[in-house]
Amino acid sequence: MEITTRQKKDITIVTVKGRIDGVTAPEFENYLSELISQGRRNFIINCDGLEYISSAGLRSILIIAKKLKTEQGNIYFSGLKDAVEEVFKISGFYSLFKIYDSDASALNSI
Amino acid sequence: MEILLKIQRPARLENFNYILDMIGSCAKKQGLSEKRINEICIAVEEVLMNIFNYAYKDKEGDVRVVCKTGQGSTFIIEITDTGIPFDPISVAEPDITQDIDMRQIGGMGIFLIRKLTDDFRYRREGNKNIQELVIKLTPHD
Repeated sequence: MEITTRQKKDITIVTVKGRIDGVTAPEFENYLSELISQGRRNFIINCDGLEYISSAGLRSILIIAKKLKTEQGNIYFSGLKDAVEEVFKISGFYSLFKIYDSDASALNSI
Repeated sequence: MEILLKIQRPARLENFNYILDMIGSCAKKQGLSEKRINEICIAVEEVLMNIFNYAYKDKEGDVRVVCKTGQGSTFIIEITDTGIPFDPISVAEPDITQDIDMRQIGGMGIFLIRKLTDDFRYRREGNKNIQELVIKLTPHD
């Protein structure tokens, strides 16, 4: 797993590549928690390069989403594909979160 | 039925990537797509993590993985442990319609196994828990 961030006004775009699995999910969760504790409140998670997410990853996302909700923050997703898109559909995350084709369309709509 | 792969390793996190890689390359040889292989690996991860975290409590134990072809053009992953009896089929499905506030943090793993495989079976044989993940080998895969 590889994570990079860039800031677009008050929105933090987090690009995550590779796999969020039982081994890497804690690292993903800590990374986002750290950004929240630095005062960031609005996130787009770019999943263009994300190939794999297991329930450990869903769990981390849910923990972060709950944390953001209490801080009046938001989390959006972009670029889901293949197995990751399938897992989001199955688990009901498509109705739980706003999901966009790309960062550009997310930024236009937020 | 043809045995394609047999692995036995201590049920510890350090063996996770090795086991998953071996199953992934075995599935690839069966002609399954990259997307389908990732889905299979997600389902296998859920089984392995449950075994690593809960099967053996304070003692050490192994996990055994057998990949084989089955009836009606299927690819079967059989995962065995000798830990405490655990029937994953008996676990209730999570409510996936709840909003962020009410949504339960856990309980998604077994739900994903059910949805990402074509069949998911469990049996107890002596001191063994045997879980079988059945994947259809369809031509378009």
